[in-house]
Amino acid sequence: MEQTKYLIAGCSHAALSALNSIRMLDQDGSLTLVTKDDHLPYSPTVLPYIVSGQSKPEKVKLRDDEFFAQNKVNFISGAGLSTLDVDNNSVTLQNGQEWQYEKLLLATGAAPAIPPIPGLTDTPYHVLRTMDDAVNLHAALESAKSAVVLGGGLIGMHAAENLIKVGVQVTIVEMRPQVLPGYFDAEAAKIIEQTFIENGVAMRIGNTVVGAAPDGEGAKVSLDSGDEITADLLLVCTGVAPVISYLEDGPVETDQGILVNDCMATNIANIWAAGDVAQAVNFYSGEKSVGGILPAAVEQGRIAGMSMINDPAINPYPGGVPLNTYGFFGNQAISVGVSDENALPKDTEVLLNVNEEEMTYQKILIGEGCLLGISGINTDFDPGIMWQLVLQRVDLEPVKEEFLNSPTDTGRDLMSRTWR
Amino acid sequence: MGHSHNTIAFHQDKCDGCGECMTVCAEAKSGTADTLHSRLKIVPSIAANDSFELALCRQCGDPKCVLNCPSGSLTKNHKTGVVPWDAEKCVDCLLCTVGCAYGGITYNAAAGHVMKCDMCDGDPACVKSCPTGALEYNRSAEIYNNYGELEDLFVPGLAACQGCNSELLIRHTMRKIGSNAVVATPPGCIAGMGTVGFNGKTGSKIPVFHPLLTNTASMLAGAKRYYNRIGRDVTMVALAGDGGTVDAGFQSLSGAAERGEQMLYICVDNEGYMNTGMQRSGSTSFGSWTSTTPVGETLHGKTQDAKNMPVIMMMHNCEYVATASLAFMDDYYEKLDKALAAAKRGMAYLHVYSPCPTGWRIPSESTNEVCRKAVETNFVTLWEFAPDEGLRFTHSTDDPLPVEEYLNLSGKYRHLDDAQLTHIENSVERKVAFLNGFMLATSDDGAESLAQ
Repeated sequence: MEQTKYLIAGCSHAALSALNSIRMLDQDGSLTLVTKDDHLPYSPTVLPYIVSGQSKPEKVKLRDDEFFAQNKVNFISGAGLSTLDVDNNSVTLQNGQEWQYEKLLLATGAAPAIPPIPGLTDTPYHVLRTMDDAVNLHAALESAKSAVVLGGGLIGMHAAENLIKVGVQVTIVEMRPQVLPGYFDAEAAKIIEQTFIENGVAMRIGNTVVGAAPDGEGAKVSLDSGDEITADLLLVCTGVAPVISYLEDGPVETDQGILVNDCMATNIANIWAAGDVAQAVNFYSGEKSVGGILPAAVEQGRIAGMSMINDPAINPYPGGVPLNTYGFFGNQAISVGVSDENALPKDTEVLLNVNEEEMTYQKILIGEGCLLGISGINTDFDPGIMWQLVLQRVDLEPVKEEFLNSPTDTGRDLMSRTWR
Repeated sequence: MGHSHNTIAFHQDKCDGCGECMTVCAEAKSGTADTLHSRLKIVPSIAANDSFELALCRQCGDPKCVLNCPSGSLTKNHKTGVVPWDAEKCVDCLLCTVGCAYGGITYNAAAGHVMKCDMCDGDPACVKSCPTGALEYNRSAEIYNNYGELEDLFVPGLAACQGCNSELLIRHTMRKIGSNAVVATPPGCIAGMGTVGFNGKTGSKIPVFHPLLTNTASMLAGAKRYYNRIGRDVTMVALAGDGGTVDAGFQSLSGAAERGEQMLYICVDNEGYMNTGMQRSGSTSFGSWTSTTPVGETLHGKTQDAKNMPVIMMMHNCEYVATASLAFMDDYYEKLDKALAAAKRGMAYLHVYSPCPTGWRIPSESTNEVCRKAVETNFVTLWEFAPDEGLRFTHSTDDPLPVEEYLNLSGKYRHLDDAQLTHIENSVERKVAFLNGFMLATSDDGAESLAQ
């Protein structure tokens, strides 16, 4: 059985962030990074650009062999976790290797959640979560003239835009009454939907798919409205679910994902979890929920790594905050924190500023003098500063007027004073 | 040893919001004067009128923008310290801007991509354009990198008091000077902390000796003449305190200076005999508490002003005279270079102000802050003198902070009454006026301003 001090399962943002934290204090402790993928580390976020051809797979690697050599990282690709034996502090990999660890980080991410649509399993469809998915989809575009995208979340919207830009006729089907729920309210979503329609995307919002079937080389989907859509390509982007199958019937506590405390530790000694696989506390509700947000994965990975190395500078995880930057057809939509006041107490102040002609939108939510959320389309603010204002519950009462007039300048002023 | 990086420092108290830095940045980086394209942003402060704040990439050691980047377009260059952005790899997702709590990487809607400071390859345009000195390119890291590689010539574990920066000074100084030197450490803290050794073992890796308090300069002069006679070029270094320099050691130093003996004499001035129980010296400042100038019903600290030793040495027409403070290491290093060159020709004298946490009653972690405030209030002025070039300030004496901001940091001034404070304010002004007059009379810069 092979031995390693640190074993990190997964190699995207949470894993690399934890690696970074560990190497800050322990440059020599043996560290092994295992991933089921056959590629050097990459981000799922970049995949829509691979699909469109804007980026090439070999250009978007987050780390390379030189980095692993410099940082004394034993990188094993093409071998995900197969089983975990917590009593023995050991794992088996899909390639049959057995590894014993002192400390284990589970950063195995998430995989597409496939909805139980009758006939779907017999229908050829694409998903977009791994590099191989993206390369396959990119190749399929050569012959495809039309596509149906199931799901109006971030990945679906991104993919749809990149498909239409290479000349594919696209239809988006979203079950819920708006696109991008959780990040933007209905009004902002409307602006985004409208832009998609203007750019030639067919939007079927509030429609449920009730059936799918093969149609020649392509697919045919039936909607609850009775309509049927046929397309050369079917792309399923209906969300993701944490990859936790290797934990089945084991003692590591899971719900939707792996349950972690505010240092990303699981209920089992020597095991941590971070990123899309983890179910960590939410900043607003205090409840544990799965996130799937890149900056949250980085943050959780950082804290997990610090906890694994006993870094005395560690601060507990403040809780997940919805964060999103979303570019579409040359526009920029950004949201930090809550975007829908209906989820907040009644006395929440809502400051809305919409200019339909210029296609700008900005909403600021303030409760008890603190920023609860800010979202905007084609407006100006620094999301990183806003995130900190939310987390640190910075009192905005003394500067409220200025903040509403210019969240950018006021945010920078507050930031510069607070972090000088 | 880790690698350290130069930084752009922002002195908020000096910024008048003119915005020249933003114009220059936009021109340098985007070829337009439109400050929309500036990588650094000066914003008016809401908290105080006529006060400004800065948003600028801090080139973090552990940058979150890099960890947030999904396309590998942001990296940390550990050699230069800069976080460069690769436009070709960028997919314009803006997740980097979520990671930055400083407004250091921002989306430029007009350009259609993010932008950030790249430090202009180590020669930042903004700093050069700043008319008030609010932006500073701090090169201390360069010093750390360059000198950290050189051999430390003292043993580990010298027994200086906690927070004393004399140890920092002597280690840095001797790393720079190197091992072809003889060091004299007369009675005082530097000898006392173990540089001359304990129990027959030396505390340094080079020849070091312990002269009397009175004869440091004479002994070095003799040793130097002997080395000259046998044809060896060896640097003579005195690491002396203020007592061994301005009081008991003065006649031998004055004689050596007058004769032009070749040596580098460094006076580490902690304003008293701190090693032997914090007695007053000729260098103790007016109003200071010491064990021999106590504070009670009749006496309220020292009743005389300190001797202005560096000025006295300047009047000896030494090859080189300069004052220094360890809060300004880059300034000290430049002066050390000049002093070493001058010591080959004759007397080079460096007067380094060195707060004593124990004797001045300052918290051990605030020594550097005391050093800094001493200079920023003009209580200590940084200047250099050479016979051919006259006197030149190396840190502006314009717009000093109130001297109280310096005095309030030390327990030894806690008892000061208004009359004593006024006396100190007046003497600080008088000393600066004297030096200014001397500068005008002796230097080229001074001659130019007189001509106007």
